[in-house]
Amino acid sequence: MSFEEWFPRLVQASLTTLYMVGVSTLLTVLFGLPLGVLLIVSDSKGLSPKPALNKILGVVVNLTRSLPFIILLVVLIPFTRWIAGTSIGPTAAIVPLTIAAVPFFARVTESALREVPSGLIEAAQAMGSSEWQIVSKVYIPEALPGLVLGVALTLINLLGYSAMAGAVGGGGLGDLAIRYGYQRFETEVMLVTVVLLVLFVQMVQSLGDRIAAKVSKR
Amino acid sequence: MIKLENVSKTFGRGVDEVHALHNISLDIGRGQIYGVVGASGAGKSTLIRCVNRLEEPDNGAVWVDGEEITALQGEGLRQARRKMGMIFQQFNLLSQRTCAENIAFPLEVAGVSKSNRKRRVQDLLTLVGLEDKARAYPAQLSGGQKQRVGIARAIANNPKVLLSDEATSALDPATTDSILELLKDLNQRLGLTILLITHQMEVVKKICDHAALLENGRLVESGSIANLISNPLSRLSRAFFPPIIEVPKDSTAVQAAITFIGGVADEPILAKLVRRFDVDVNILGGSIQEIGGKRVGQLQVEFKGDQMIATLEYLRGLGLRVEVSE
Repeated sequence: MSFEEWFPRLVQASLTTLYMVGVSTLLTVLFGLPLGVLLIVSDSKGLSPKPALNKILGVVVNLTRSLPFIILLVVLIPFTRWIAGTSIGPTAAIVPLTIAAVPFFARVTESALREVPSGLIEAAQAMGSSEWQIVSKVYIPEALPGLVLGVALTLINLLGYSAMAGAVGGGGLGDLAIRYGYQRFETEVMLVTVVLLVLFVQMVQSLGDRIAAKVSKR
Repeated sequence: MIKLENVSKTFGRGVDEVHALHNISLDIGRGQIYGVVGASGAGKSTLIRCVNRLEEPDNGAVWVDGEEITALQGEGLRQARRKMGMIFQQFNLLSQRTCAENIAFPLEVAGVSKSNRKRRVQDLLTLVGLEDKARAYPAQLSGGQKQRVGIARAIANNPKVLLSDEATSALDPATTDSILELLKDLNQRLGLTILLITHQMEVVKKICDHAALLENGRLVESGSIANLISNPLSRLSRAFFPPIIEVPKDSTAVQAAITFIGGVADEPILAKLVRRFDVDVNILGGSIQEIGGKRVGQLQVEFKGDQMIATLEYLRGLGLRVEVSE
C-alpha cells in the first residue's frame, strides 16, 4: 500500500480514535466522579456511613473491573444496542468504553479524595457545612490535582481499550494497526500507528502532569 | 456559656475499650478563657470535640449559650456549629484556597452574600494583621500566619464561643505568645468565650482565668486560677511554679515555699516577719511570674528559730500560701 493510500486512512483512524476516547472520557468523568464521591461518603468512616450501599457499590465496581475489556465489549452488545441504537461503529463503541472506564475512574477518584486530610473535613464540619458543601467545597477542590492526573490516566487507559473497539467495527488507530499492519503485513502502517499511539500517550501524560502542577497550590 | 453535664465517651469494645471521658461536668461562664490541661491521651481532644459534636458523647448533655447541643440533629446542629468557632493544632486550612478564600469559607457556608463576604473578610484580615496576605495560599505562610488565618476563619460568623484544640502546640514559643495575645485581645474586645485544651502549662498561665486538669478521662480539679494558686494541694498550681529545689538542711530548720499573689507581693513581708518574730530567714530561691494576668511570686525560704509555728501562722494569716517541706 502506497503512502497516498494509507495516509488518508491513518488520518481518518486518528480522528475516530480521538472521537471515541474523547467522548468516553467525558462520559466517564461525568459518571465516575459521583460514583467515586459516593464510595468515599458512604464508607464506614465517611461523611454519611452507609455500609450496605458501600459494599454493593464496591462489588459492582470490582466486578466490572475484573472483566477483560474484550469480553465486556461482547457481553454489553445488547445494552449497547439499546443505548446507541446500534452495536457497531465508533459511537456504539463509546458505550462499552465508558462502562469499562467508569469503575476505574471511580476508584481513582476515591483514592484522590482519600488523600484529603481528615482535619480539613472536620474543620468544614465544625463550621456547620452540609455534606454537599463538604464534597463541593472541600473534597473536590482539595483533590483537584489528583483528579486531573486521574483523568489523564483514564484517557490513556481508554486509548488502550479503544484498540479493541475494532472487534465491533469501531475503527480507530488500534483497528488500523491490527488490520493493515498485522493481518496484511504492512509494516509501515504498523510502525506509524505505534509511533502515533506512543506520542499520544506521552502528550496526555505530560499535559496531565502540567495541569495538575498548575492547579496545585500545595 | 458552655456547660457539660456528665459527659462520657468510650471508644472501642471489649478488651480494646478505652474510657476517653468519664462523667465530665464543666460550667464555663460568659467571657471566660477556660483551659483544660492534661497529658496526651487524657481525653482533652475528645472533650473539646464533644462540645460541637465532632465526637458524639455516649452519655450526658452539652449546652452552648443556652442551647442543648446534644439534642440537635441535621440542620439544627449545623446552625449551632456556625455559632461556634474552632481552631486546630494543624490549622486545617484549605490548601487550594487563598487566605481570603479560607476566611470566606464559613461565610459561604452560612449563606452570606458575596459583597458582604468581601467586606467581612477584609475586616477580619485587618483584625488578625494579615492585610497583605489576602491572596497568599497557606503553603506560602508561616505557622503563626496560618493560625491567624485559622482564627479569622473561626470568628468570621461572629461566634460567641471559640474552641481551641491545641492551637499553639505546633508553634514556636514567640509565635505562641503572639497567638495567645491575639486570643486574649479577641476575648476582651468581642467578649468571646474561649475553651482551650492544651498540654502546655504556659498557655494556661498566660491567658486562662479558669482551668481544669484532666487525667485518664476524669476531671481531677478545676476552678479559677486565683483559687487554684492559693490552694496548696492543687496539682495544677504546683505545675505553674518551678519545682522546689531540694536543699540539705539541719534538723532545727524549716523549709517552706511561700506563694504571693497580687497586692501582697508588694509588701515587705519578710522584713516585717523578722522584726516581729525571733526567726532567721534564709532565702533559697524565688521567682515572679504572671499567671492569669496577676503577678504571682514564689519564695523558697528556710526558717530557723524558736517561734516557728507562730511564724507560719502569721504568714498564712496574711492569705499567703505556705507549703512546708518535710
